[in-house]
Amino acid sequence: MPVLAAKPAGAIVEAILIPALALVTALLLFGVFCAFRGVAPFELYALMFQGGFGSWFSWQNTLIRAAPLLLTALCTALPAQLGMVVIGGEGAFVLGGLAAASAAIALHGAAPLAVQLAMAAAGLLAGGLWIAMVGALRQYRGVNETISSLLLVYIAIALLNHLVEGPLRDPGSLNKPSTPPIGDAYMLANIPGTEVHWGFAFGVVVCVLAYVLIHHTVFGFSARVVGGNARAAKVVGLPIGRLVLGITFLAGAAPGLAGMVEVAAVDGQANGTLVAGYGYTGILVSFLARHHPLGIIPVAILMGGISASGGLLQRRLGLPDAATLVLQGTVFMCLLGSEVLHGRLSLPRLQRA
Amino acid sequence: MAADRMITRRHLLKTTMLAGAGAALAGVAPLRSAAAATLSIGFIYVGPRDDFGYNQAHAVGAAAVKKMADVKVLEEENVPETIAVQKTMESMIQLDGASLLFPTSFGYYSPQVLKLAAQFPKVRFEHCGGLWSEKDPKNAASYFGYIDECCHLSGIVAGYATKSGKLGFVAAKPIPQVLRNINTFALGARLANPKATVQVIFTGDWSLPTKEAEATNSLVDQGIDVVTCHVDSPKVVIETAERRGAMVCGYHANQAPLAPKGFLTGAEWNWEELYPGFVRTVMAGGTIPNLVRGGLKEKIVKPSAYSSLVSAEARKHADDAKAKLTAGDYVIFKGPILDNKGNTVIGAGTSRGQTDIALEEMNYLVEGVIGATS
Repeated sequence: MPVLAAKPAGAIVEAILIPALALVTALLLFGVFCAFRGVAPFELYALMFQGGFGSWFSWQNTLIRAAPLLLTALCTALPAQLGMVVIGGEGAFVLGGLAAASAAIALHGAAPLAVQLAMAAAGLLAGGLWIAMVGALRQYRGVNETISSLLLVYIAIALLNHLVEGPLRDPGSLNKPSTPPIGDAYMLANIPGTEVHWGFAFGVVVCVLAYVLIHHTVFGFSARVVGGNARAAKVVGLPIGRLVLGITFLAGAAPGLAGMVEVAAVDGQANGTLVAGYGYTGILVSFLARHHPLGIIPVAILMGGISASGGLLQRRLGLPDAATLVLQGTVFMCLLGSEVLHGRLSLPRLQRA
Repeated sequence: MAADRMITRRHLLKTTMLAGAGAALAGVAPLRSAAAATLSIGFIYVGPRDDFGYNQAHAVGAAAVKKMADVKVLEEENVPETIAVQKTMESMIQLDGASLLFPTSFGYYSPQVLKLAAQFPKVRFEHCGGLWSEKDPKNAASYFGYIDECCHLSGIVAGYATKSGKLGFVAAKPIPQVLRNINTFALGARLANPKATVQVIFTGDWSLPTKEAEATNSLVDQGIDVVTCHVDSPKVVIETAERRGAMVCGYHANQAPLAPKGFLTGAEWNWEELYPGFVRTVMAGGTIPNLVRGGLKEKIVKPSAYSSLVSAEARKHADDAKAKLTAGDYVIFKGPILDNKGNTVIGAGTSRGQTDIALEEMNYLVEGVIGATS
């Protein structure tokens, strides 16, 4: 493993130990918070474990919830390599789902595999172009990508609402305007032997591909050089415009694919349900994973687990749903706070390297 | 690399210890579980259960069930209409032994409830708002109320209360359920004041507090003095109108506490009447019909108590309409009715009673309403 060997061992241990410490701290703080609400912390931890990871059912629940996050997190993680902060994954997700549903309706009657491939292509393309627009605005017009990607989310949602309430509306969908159903024949199946749809596998594969792209190709290396020092990158002649457009396209294609999976594996049609906040949770996941494509996998599963256990906390302990938001917020703050520890952690045994 | 490996081993040891401790804790700690009660009932809300609106109305119904003997009530709020609700229902069934579920949001029905109902044939799924049909699983069912009857009463009261003759309506989406409420409100208002107009603003979605506040402000700016709404949580609309000195009619739940100065009356769900009834039926071994619909007569909806602003004349008129609706001899959509573009939508001599399927496909705004459905 050339990349790992290039780093001092201490840095790797730090990269794992510091987030782990932050997580434990957050759990402790959350326990204190719940103790004030009259809930015994150990019971809380045990229930959280049971709800998120305690049984095969809980694991499936967790993985299903993690599936879209794997892909939406990449929308923030990939541009982060260029030093860009993109937070508009929600918009790409919504449009990916809408495009996929439209493709399925347009191709109604074709072979299932062909339709599914067309849906995936439509989702990838719609999401990709949407976020590439953010990259282009930044690169050629100097528009701040954080603001533009966020505002484009509202435009994407408005576009979805307009189309499902107007031109693409199924006349039969009276009180919940939707596109016509894509049809059972075209739905994506579950991973055999589980209730988890293929979206989870897609997510893991795409995260691994993103890791290879960023850490083991010239393209990815160039992108990281731009992120490190854009001026230096320009001086050595890197094609910054192409890199920005390429990376932002891929960044949008990932949540676009997640939107396609949501339509093809869960909803069976596009409607307002697509606006469920997966894009926003993805931002959190990406930051927690420190924008590392492989780090996204465990973090997304952790977030899936927290949200899967939220139901038990509500039902058994009488905590409000906001409790899981408090936990998420605490985790986020602890992680950001722990950043200052990098390079300062006293690990005497590790200084050898 | 000996040191590296040593660290790894230490790390491994630590991790194993932690995991072991965690497992021990999980084993030792007495987990609170759903005790073996006779009937476990799950209620699922799409938003917070204290939203002064749609979800609170259901939570009030759940609270009434909680008071019954031999039941265990499970509640979960803020459950999105995605696969998350399938998992919530499944978790209530698998982990807490629920055998009667109330997924209360419209968007839960298809495909989520239908999928789970097919998977768990022994569990009863009572869904609010859906339209159960013969091809759906037999253990799924839907119920809903003609709350437009109460909107009609609100309209009558508002028609008497307004001084400018201009009423305002903040609505989420131009879908049949919402249009029906707007139209019955307008028809009621024009019974009291034939010149009254209802300005409607669609915000575009069920929960958009900022837009709802903007819409309310712009309504009051136009000289509108009575405001009502159909959004998931009327709190923002009601409070904004109150602050601007306008009168309000509530919706979903009782909003009188939010507007002590300007509250008139409102349209409320009466789930605290329906839910215990359903539960009693199930406990007695009976079956709830798969499609339940009803209004004032069936006690599925109710008007909020009048405030002191409501004149004796208005009370009399509204009470009279309420008595007739309860008795079942009053038709709100009685022709001739024109839409606001001048087309006849219900011809003279045609009466569309509440169960008329044509009303479920409403796509117009009646004469006197200012606004457009698209």
